[in-house]
Amino acid sequence: MPDAQTADETRQGLEVRDLSFRYGSKVALDAISFEVAPGRFCALLGPNGAGKSTLVSLLTHLLVAPQVDIRIAGHDLRQHPRRALADLGVVFQQPTLDLSLTVRQNMAYFAALHGLPRSQTQARIDAALDRLGMRERAGEKVRALNGGHRRRMELARALLHEPKVLLLDEPTVGLDAAARQSITDHVHDLADQGLCVLWATHLTDEVRDADQLLVLHHGQILAAGQTGDLRGDKPLSNWFLSQTEVPA
Amino acid sequence: MSGFWGVARAIMGREFLRFIHQRERFIAALVRPMVWLLIFAAGFRAALGLSIIPPYQTYITYETYIVPGLCAMVLLFNGMQSSLSLVYDREMGSMRLLLTSPFPRWWLLFCRLLGSTAISILQVYTFLALAGLFGITMPPLGYVTVLPGLVLGGLMLGALGLVLSSFIKQLENFAGVMNFVIFPMFFLSSALYPLWKMAESSPLLRDICALNPFTHVVELIRFLLYLQINWIALLWVVTCTIILCAAAVWGYDPARGLMKRKT
Repeated sequence: MPDAQTADETRQGLEVRDLSFRYGSKVALDAISFEVAPGRFCALLGPNGAGKSTLVSLLTHLLVAPQVDIRIAGHDLRQHPRRALADLGVVFQQPTLDLSLTVRQNMAYFAALHGLPRSQTQARIDAALDRLGMRERAGEKVRALNGGHRRRMELARALLHEPKVLLLDEPTVGLDAAARQSITDHVHDLADQGLCVLWATHLTDEVRDADQLLVLHHGQILAAGQTGDLRGDKPLSNWFLSQTEVPA
Repeated sequence: MSGFWGVARAIMGREFLRFIHQRERFIAALVRPMVWLLIFAAGFRAALGLSIIPPYQTYITYETYIVPGLCAMVLLFNGMQSSLSLVYDREMGSMRLLLTSPFPRWWLLFCRLLGSTAISILQVYTFLALAGLFGITMPPLGYVTVLPGLVLGGLMLGALGLVLSSFIKQLENFAGVMNFVIFPMFFLSSALYPLWKMAESSPLLRDICALNPFTHVVELIRFLLYLQINWIALLWVVTCTIILCAAAVWGYDPARGLMKRKT
């Protein structure tokens, strides 16, 4: 029964079917479909304006498409948005931290927004910060942290409620090379531990050969598969450009 | 249910923390009505004689007359300040965090509204205490009976702020709110002059004032401060609160309002 087993596993991950969205007359996404299984790191690669942020807004229920079939950890986002959002962790492209509050206050606020019992909150915050080596910064105001630490904190926060699916929208924008590497490695490790990860980016060096790859361009999926298979002998950046470049 | 209360506590707690981190906002919220009370009212006292009108049972000074209007002004400014911070939150991204919580959106918005109302009430009581120091006092029990009116008025004006924030795309557009919402609402009301006085100069202006929901917030507060209930004002405020809350939930619906636009 390997096929049935795979299908069951995918249902615990992320499923998108025939998803379209338009802003007025402008088509942002045109009937895209894909699946990401638990334990997979899926890179959603696309140039600026490809539709990545719109897709993230739809997956997080900030936008609702008229016809939509999105399943997060097996929950239909349209019919059971609360269950679906409870299993979803998100790191938005735009920082979503309250700079005037401490790291711990920011995390406690998020924990309450996800309904975590107060008795568990502090232990979970400590564990989440420990995983990212941030425990000693817990009492500091977020304003005092550098860009890399703020991002790490947002990642720790997104994992606080132990989601099954993790969504990251260009999470390394504005970070230096070391911070980018550290966050990219950490999220790959999380996928290896069983988390379903969708990582939206336009930077090819964040994607590994073993990763699942979706190339999004002008609201359509141009290519989908394992990165190593898709790029063949070419460096990923060259292959990606060849897919998305407008012929002269 | 504990999760719902946890969310309420967290959202209101965050509002409170943000408020105490912005001391300038607190001071500005107090200076504004105090300037009206001590400078504007002193100058106006001679120009505007007041007759005995309910709920007052005797002649009152102009300073005493405008206290309820200034309480409502604190609620109005705070409601708009709250909507300004919602627009700021949206631009800064923290609104996304709130709206991706698995709790119902109406509950998240209502908690935000309760938080801003609680802060408004804190400011109103501080203002009333300061006014008392300058000898402008109300019946002692009035400070207690006015509380439900402040809650209702705060919710109504906060809900108005929520509705406005769902339609304002950028912070820069907020100056328009001052010109087209705050000033007309305040000046076209019974906050500074009684409606009968307004009718002397223009019956039309009086009618407009009578239709302004802010007038009814002022009158609700005025009567409650004197241990009386103005039922018409109460009905107006309750009805407007329900309508504005429904409009806010509509405005923040992901399929219709705010988020339908590309943010």
